[in-house]
Amino acid sequence: MNIPKLPLGDWIETLERWLEDHLDPLFDMIRLIIGSMTDAFYAGLTAVPAVVIMILISLIAWKIVNLRLALFAFAGLALIHNLNLWEPSMQSLALVLTASILSIALGIPIGIACARSNALQHAVMPMLDFMQTMPAFVYLLPAVSFFSLGVVPGVIASVIFAIPPTIRLTNLGIRQVPQDLVEAADAFGSTPLQKLVKLQMPIALPTIMAGINQTIMLSLSMVVIASMIGAQGVGAYVYRAVTQAKTGVGFEAGIAIVIIAILLDRLTQGAVKRKKS
Amino acid sequence: MPLIQVKQLVKVFGHDPARALPLLDQGWSKERIFKETRLTVGVNRADFTVEQGEIFVIMGLSGSGKSTLIRLLNRLIEPTAGEILWNGTDIVKMSASELRQFRREHMAMVFQKFALFPHRTVLQNAAFGLEVRGIEKKKRMELALEALRLVGLEQWADSRPDQLSGGMQQRVGLARAIANDPDVLLMDEAFSALDPLIRKDMQDELLELQGKMHKTIIFITHDLDEALRIGDRIALMKDGAIVQIGTPEEILMNPADDYVERFIQDVDFSKVLTASHVMRKAETVTPERGPRVALQLMRDRGVSSLYVTDKSMKLLGVLTAEEASEAARGNLAITEVMQREVPRVGPDALLADLFEQMAESRLPLAVVDDNNRLLGIVLKGAVLSALAGHAVRETEVVGG
Repeated sequence: MNIPKLPLGDWIETLERWLEDHLDPLFDMIRLIIGSMTDAFYAGLTAVPAVVIMILISLIAWKIVNLRLALFAFAGLALIHNLNLWEPSMQSLALVLTASILSIALGIPIGIACARSNALQHAVMPMLDFMQTMPAFVYLLPAVSFFSLGVVPGVIASVIFAIPPTIRLTNLGIRQVPQDLVEAADAFGSTPLQKLVKLQMPIALPTIMAGINQTIMLSLSMVVIASMIGAQGVGAYVYRAVTQAKTGVGFEAGIAIVIIAILLDRLTQGAVKRKKS
Repeated sequence: MPLIQVKQLVKVFGHDPARALPLLDQGWSKERIFKETRLTVGVNRADFTVEQGEIFVIMGLSGSGKSTLIRLLNRLIEPTAGEILWNGTDIVKMSASELRQFRREHMAMVFQKFALFPHRTVLQNAAFGLEVRGIEKKKRMELALEALRLVGLEQWADSRPDQLSGGMQQRVGLARAIANDPDVLLMDEAFSALDPLIRKDMQDELLELQGKMHKTIIFITHDLDEALRIGDRIALMKDGAIVQIGTPEEILMNPADDYVERFIQDVDFSKVLTASHVMRKAETVTPERGPRVALQLMRDRGVSSLYVTDKSMKLLGVLTAEEASEAARGNLAITEVMQREVPRVGPDALLADLFEQMAESRLPLAVVDDNNRLLGIVLKGAVLSALAGHAVRETEVVGG
């Protein structure tokens, strides 16, 4: 028997072309928004001397975690600066912050909606599985064709890859609010919005924050992949080092990413713990 | 008109629950309906009324449908059929926003596991209902603090619920409900999660609060002693249906069927019934009527002693037949011969506490109110027969 191959790839490319033809104004607008967000972050992070940012981040680390993290932050950021990786690191940070903020801004409402509707949850969860397991490189291609090269498709790819934990854990956190508390809120005549704001979100917050933490870490993990489609930043140094077999440059840039990762992770976890106590 | 009238209220759980309604009308049992349709009957055609200001207890074992029934009243669970009339308005037919308004203003709930909000302080918990209603902050904090004061927790206002003991947490639950000043308090096994001693304190406290607030309280419990202690009327539930409604005495004295009888057989009547339950009318005489009239009265009534009271029924003493004839012979006044030392108890004294006094005295116990006014007397025989679970009949004449 000879069953012909399904022209699945052709279908997808047809769909891609159709989207490109019909939704171009939308894509332009998204490109504009994301582009200006990353530009603004980058401008903000580089508007002042590096040492100001270092001190600022160290102070934040001290305030919400402890002095040890503050010292680590200062030393780590100083090392990045010393390795001449400050500007690309800030470019990457701008990308990560933009992708994270978009993921949170979209993910939390989607998570809330999923918690309210079993049907929606059953529709969304397989999509999230798909988004997380499909190799990230694959959706770089349509991202490029919709948004052309640069940081914008990088942010889009990061959002697609990084948004699932925020949606999942927002959904989970709200669903885990004890039934008797929900009943109590209902019994006193809360509207759905009052119930959400006064009960479900505060109780679910630690879980949601754990999701946000994962989202930030996942978007950071995308900086190298994003550099393949022209996103500037420390990820591009890693990518170049790989293509040119420059172990030293690769490790330098890699260490910068690790330092940023540790800082983002501890700071977001610290924020959760502070909220809990 | 009763405050709440529940008519033929039914809750069936499962897919397409209305299927069970004709089966219930045909008298199918809960088991049979479940076996043949996979539908679970939660509440089976409940009919009852609740009067303004009473404590109405719904009691039954776990699985009897009592928790479902109370949740039907404020529609935390949607009824399958039937009516719940609130001052004549059917709660079942209210729209979502009417129902919210109703819950906010008229019916507050206290939960078995307290259901306090862990992220809020005690005061913020107590203020929740007011906050939901949109009362401005200063006012609602004042009202919430007042409610906390009523339950004796104002000094814990800024604590978190998890810093409080179980009994205190439930006081917060109670404060949260009364802060709203609702007409009806729904209390779902409110004291069941507490230690027996604390539970008793809370029952006393609820009764005391009720003396001040005069709310209508619908109280769910599986504990018969609790039901008998606090209920003005009790509805007994079995398999989702109400099998008997009555005052505690009616239920103890005239159980409607075997189920109720089995239920109450382990009740320690001596710790439930009070002097006022078993007392009978006392034969009395006022002193100015003289010993001869007293003797005549004793003969007519067939008693061997009379209680001497003034015109306002204040107890002065007791006069036996011997003392009366002695006075008649010697031309003495009743007050000169009567015994002034009469064993007396309050109307709320539990039978268990009467035994000692009864053993020490040949005379029946006089039941007097706080102003020493004679309400009745308690005979040994009446106590024993009440403890044996028999009705005390007025005609029963037992010597004193």
